[in-house]
Amino acid sequence: MSEHPGRRTPGKGLVDGLAVTLKTMTRRSGTQQYPDVEPDLPPRSRGVIALLEENCTVCMLCARECPDWCIYIDSHKEEVVVPGAARARQRNVLDRFDIDFSLCMYCGICIEVCPFDALHWTPEFEYAETDVLDLLHDKNRLGDWMQTVPPPPAHDVLGEPSKEETTAARKAAGPGAATPAKVARPAASARPAAARPGAPAAAARPPAQVRPATAGGLQATPSPATPATPASPPTPATPATPPTPASPPTPPSPPSPASPASPASPASDAGPVEESGAPTVPPPASASPSGAQPTIDAPKAPVAEAKQAAAEQPLAAAPDQPAAQPYGGEQPGTGTRGPGEPDEGTER
Amino acid sequence: MPLWLDLLIRVVAVVAGFLVVPLVVGQMEHKVMAHMQGRLGPMYAGAFHGWAQLVADGLKFVQKENITPRDADKRVFHLAPVVALFPYLIVLLAVPLGPGGLVAQRLDIGLFFVLAVLGVGVVAVLMSAWASANKYSLLGGLRGAAQLLGYELPLVLSAASVAMAAGTLSLPGIVEAWRPWWLLWQAPAALVFFVSGLAEIRRPPFDMPIADSELVFGYMTEYTGLRFAFFLLAEYVGIVVIAALTTVLFLGGWHGPAADQLGWLWTLVKVFAVAFVVIWLRVSYPRLREDQLQRLCWLVLVPVALGQLILTAAVKVAL
Repeated sequence: MSEHPGRRTPGKGLVDGLAVTLKTMTRRSGTQQYPDVEPDLPPRSRGVIALLEENCTVCMLCARECPDWCIYIDSHKEEVVVPGAARARQRNVLDRFDIDFSLCMYCGICIEVCPFDALHWTPEFEYAETDVLDLLHDKNRLGDWMQTVPPPPAHDVLGEPSKEETTAARKAAGPGAATPAKVARPAASARPAAARPGAPAAAARPPAQVRPATAGGLQATPSPATPATPASPPTPATPATPPTPASPPTPPSPPSPASPASPASPASDAGPVEESGAPTVPPPASASPSGAQPTIDAPKAPVAEAKQAAAEQPLAAAPDQPAAQPYGGEQPGTGTRGPGEPDEGTER
Repeated sequence: MPLWLDLLIRVVAVVAGFLVVPLVVGQMEHKVMAHMQGRLGPMYAGAFHGWAQLVADGLKFVQKENITPRDADKRVFHLAPVVALFPYLIVLLAVPLGPGGLVAQRLDIGLFFVLAVLGVGVVAVLMSAWASANKYSLLGGLRGAAQLLGYELPLVLSAASVAMAAGTLSLPGIVEAWRPWWLLWQAPAALVFFVSGLAEIRRPPFDMPIADSELVFGYMTEYTGLRFAFFLLAEYVGIVVIAALTTVLFLGGWHGPAADQLGWLWTLVKVFAVAFVVIWLRVSYPRLREDQLQRLCWLVLVPVALGQLILTAAVKVAL
């Protein structure tokens, strides 16, 4: 029977087959008894999308980003008379928020894109219907799903802290302060460190040196948001600004274009103005916002340091900004651009 | 005890066993096969691990429409399931359960009777195949006829070896004469008997006549409802019968510790153990091709059975 050349003992295959089935019989079967026993779903399971209506501002981001256009939003504006206010405020009222789950492909882009956490995944999946039209969930049904939204899973212990946490911690500590996030960024400090050895004097504030790129980058982004927290920035900003006016004097050695090049002075001029009053005027989007911000001290101090470094040891700065090296620093470029840019330059 | 009461008790006991034990084996097949394949098997019918699944199946089959093909030979078509089922019931009459005459009908030529009645099965296969007026049925029936006729020979030869060793054709007599060392002496015969018995009841891996993947269940293609259920029941009863015969002829029947009191239990335990092996083989092995089937029969089993006959005779003469 078994004339297979590779097989030594006849009947071994037969015995092996019996052994396999017998071994399988003694093991636990993998059958999930679903309707009787709820499935053990992994965290972040994508079952259905829940809507927290109170958080929705009808910004339409979800509807616009939806790849298959399965979110339908209608709204109207409502005037809210605030007693102390000069004039009535307007706010959006959500009339209709439907998600058509017969079209939804569960990509989760709407949830990702929602800036106000109005949409959430829930692991519920038992909402099959006999009629496909019933898969269009209105805002009440989507709101009912909110009860099934699980608490967010705990943060990974080994992961880097969340952006929200670091931002909050930095704001609480005041600008320029050494937050754990700043200290715990050796990778960020390593890169500017190449330019740093020539500036031991400026290295008096190592955490601030660490910041330039990150602080500049971070503050460039929250710049529109800074008006939201007007309380904290102004107070630290005032003590912080003096160094920046001081900075033009500090680099007397570098070529004169440097000092005007650092628009720190105009920025510092603008800074107090903006602190004092009207953040309503949004700063121009390009590079100026960070300079125009009240919280600019962190970027500015590194600017000064970088300039010092560039002045004292132009070659030391070379690996960081090869393009700027022939000019002995970042001056021409930064002169034309804003104070936010040199940070980027030193960073790269 | 009057004769009619004695007769009634025996017949009722056999019919009850005929109805219960195959269902237990069928349920065992469901569960064992499921777990061997990493599944759970029936879980709902009867609320506890689907113990009533076969009862539910039977109820379902009763409710099904009874369809007879237009071109079918109606009387033969209707008779075939009964012919398939009845021989096994008759066989159970002669199988001893325990010592001291615990057998429905003590026959002196029990072995001969059993083998003769088992041979009727081929008639049922041919009847259903031909009467169905279906080419798949006919193909399956002819395969079945060839298979059953072929495997009848090693079956009878290996049984004859035991009869020769025991010196009697009576099934209780064979069990009484049985000694544990016969396990070794009669091992080839036991193997041949078991394998050809599997082929006799057309169980996988010898289910070429049924071969649902190519012949659409062969001679059972056109059957529905209760008649189809009869065929299925015949398959399970067939397992019981082959397991019981193997037990009685080769595994010592009621022999075991405290055989006088628990003989019936030992017989049942051995029957279920053999039935488990039948199911186990079904799960483990693929179906034999038609030529492999015949080759195994004529080139392996028949020579082995003949050799066993010579060995038995030699040992018998030497003793």
